[in-house]
Amino acid sequence: MKLFEYEAKNILAKYGIPTPHGGLATSPSQANDVAAKLKMPVAVKAQVLVAGRGKAGGILFANTSEEAKKAAEKLLSTEIKGIPIKSIWIEEKLQIKKELYFGITTDRFDRSYVAIASASGGMDLEEVAAKTPEKVIRTKINPLGKLQSFQTRVIAKKLGYAGSQMLDLARILERLSHVGTDYDAELIEMNPLTETIDGKFGAADARVIIDDNALFRHLEYKTRFLEGESELTPQEQEARRNDLAYIKLDGDIGVIGNGAGLVMATLDTIQYYGGKPANFLDVGGGASSETTAIALKIVLTDRGIKALFINILGGITRCDEVARGILEAKEKTGVTKPMVIRLVGTNEEEGKRILTEAGVHVVESMEEAAQKVVSIEKHGDR
Amino acid sequence: MKAWRKQLKKSSASKSTEIGEMGIIIDENTRVIVQGITGTQGSFHTKLMLEYGTKIVAGTAPGKGGTKVNEIPVYDTVEETIKKHSPNASIIFVPAPSAVDAALEALENGIKTLAVITEHIPIQDAITLMAKAEQANATIIGPNTPGVITPGKCKLGIMPNHIFMQGTVGMISRSGTLTYEIATSLTRNGLGQSTCLGLGGDPITGLNFLDALKMFEKDTQTKAIALIGEIGGNLEELTAEYILKENYPKPVVAFIAGRSAPPGKRMGHAGAIVMGNAGTAETKIEAFRKAGVKVAEKPNDVARMLKSLQ
Repeated sequence: MKLFEYEAKNILAKYGIPTPHGGLATSPSQANDVAAKLKMPVAVKAQVLVAGRGKAGGILFANTSEEAKKAAEKLLSTEIKGIPIKSIWIEEKLQIKKELYFGITTDRFDRSYVAIASASGGMDLEEVAAKTPEKVIRTKINPLGKLQSFQTRVIAKKLGYAGSQMLDLARILERLSHVGTDYDAELIEMNPLTETIDGKFGAADARVIIDDNALFRHLEYKTRFLEGESELTPQEQEARRNDLAYIKLDGDIGVIGNGAGLVMATLDTIQYYGGKPANFLDVGGGASSETTAIALKIVLTDRGIKALFINILGGITRCDEVARGILEAKEKTGVTKPMVIRLVGTNEEEGKRILTEAGVHVVESMEEAAQKVVSIEKHGDR
Repeated sequence: MKAWRKQLKKSSASKSTEIGEMGIIIDENTRVIVQGITGTQGSFHTKLMLEYGTKIVAGTAPGKGGTKVNEIPVYDTVEETIKKHSPNASIIFVPAPSAVDAALEALENGIKTLAVITEHIPIQDAITLMAKAEQANATIIGPNTPGVITPGKCKLGIMPNHIFMQGTVGMISRSGTLTYEIATSLTRNGLGQSTCLGLGGDPITGLNFLDALKMFEKDTQTKAIALIGEIGGNLEELTAEYILKENYPKPVVAFIAGRSAPPGKRMGHAGAIVMGNAGTAETKIEAFRKAGVKVAEKPNDVARMLKSLQ
């Protein structure tokens, strides 16, 4: 779960990491009030969870509180990549001497957390890593320990600092690692981590992504997660509330399947035969008829869908139950779109009989089913 | 590849002696405890594992010691099962908030093979668990895995019983149902399996592709490998590098799920996410091709490609 910039900065500040003075506003007049208490100039920043906010025009600058109000007015009436801006963060603009990067994420191969630092901050770290890997400092964190003080000093030194500046910077790095641990962050970063012209360090921007699976330890965020963040479409929110994994794509073949890998492979196979999947939807193991109905409803809210592909590999799941679920769901949702159903596994014969008697196509192989649904997409149901 | 052809011919000529000897991680001597045996999943899969022939010797469920599930005695603690039943493997169905505690209990009691079926374990807990398992010199499969099966001998997992067949293909996968899909088509094409190993769909897992490849290299029953990866992380890329560098001696056919996945979206599995340009299907496929690994376009092509190697 991604936190907003202002939430991340408030947490960092609580841990003693310097962040620019600022405040949150949800209306232009509030923006005016917030800005009036700050030193000019200020940055007016849209609080959205999409990447590339700066490039999309989500950060404006102001020299007076009146200008900040106007900037807020502008931002609050626009969208960034389709996401409406509901709040803005106004903060004092820093006089930056140097932009650095520092973050902590997981290393799958080492099965540990890894601290990543770079003297080239402010830009996409992946880009830095791809173009100039020598500028990226990676420090493995002992999986049974923590980021040690000495490690933070080594990093600060490698970033080019000595003396009291090195010690100041090291302290900030160590504090960030505490935030990461305490908040179960799968990614936490300061980008840029700035050195201002007075030689002081601070986080000019911060990103915290909490591990979704650890939200039971962070109940203050769990409710919001379930209600759905502003980055989610209404369908994605509905899916999350029902514990389904749904992702909207831009094609016209609706897809429902069981198991993440199988659904991914289903989308790939549709694409292989020249079709365009409209979504990813994993109903998970042992889907009930209710779950199947909800899944169908979510997929069908996409009006552009020309055909549906339901791909169920009943391992432990019983095909006859799935078949009944599909019919029930069909009745409940009144779906008239052509459906191609691939159903194999336990009690497959019974499942096929139930569907065939109800006049629904059942196909045995995934490839055949994909070819069929792509043909319907292109030429209609013949 | 030629070597596999020869070995396969040899093995089909002397099936009775060649097949049925090895496989990796588990075999007919594996003595299993089920942690979380009284829950819906635990009791259901205990029954299916028993039907498959897995030697389940005991189960645990704190507070329910003294009862029985499918005739299997239930204990409060792992320690009690050790004294009475000397198990050497555990399968864990305990819910996420307590699953790592259960796994640590097994490690503490000297159990060296653990399959953690539980989904949604926090990354931080998984990292701790993997480090402690390494210290204990134990093998962890998962979490968020269907487990492991050595067809005809032992199943430490939740995969359907009927789709597997004894044979010479070693399978390694990050996904559950996709493994069943590919195993089904292998079996239908007469390609049996030595061991099928589900690594798990989480970012942090115990065994990874590299570990599994090394195990299959030593296993005489395994003549070829089906490797089923997906988007997210760089383990497939590192595995490809290893295959190339070490000139891996057994043929590998790979399938990577998620060619059509958009960046920044988690495709069902916690670990299946493309970050920027990292972890895409393209980089993984390219890495494998560079290493001389054949990459299937569609799941069922894996069986076709393995067959064509024979």
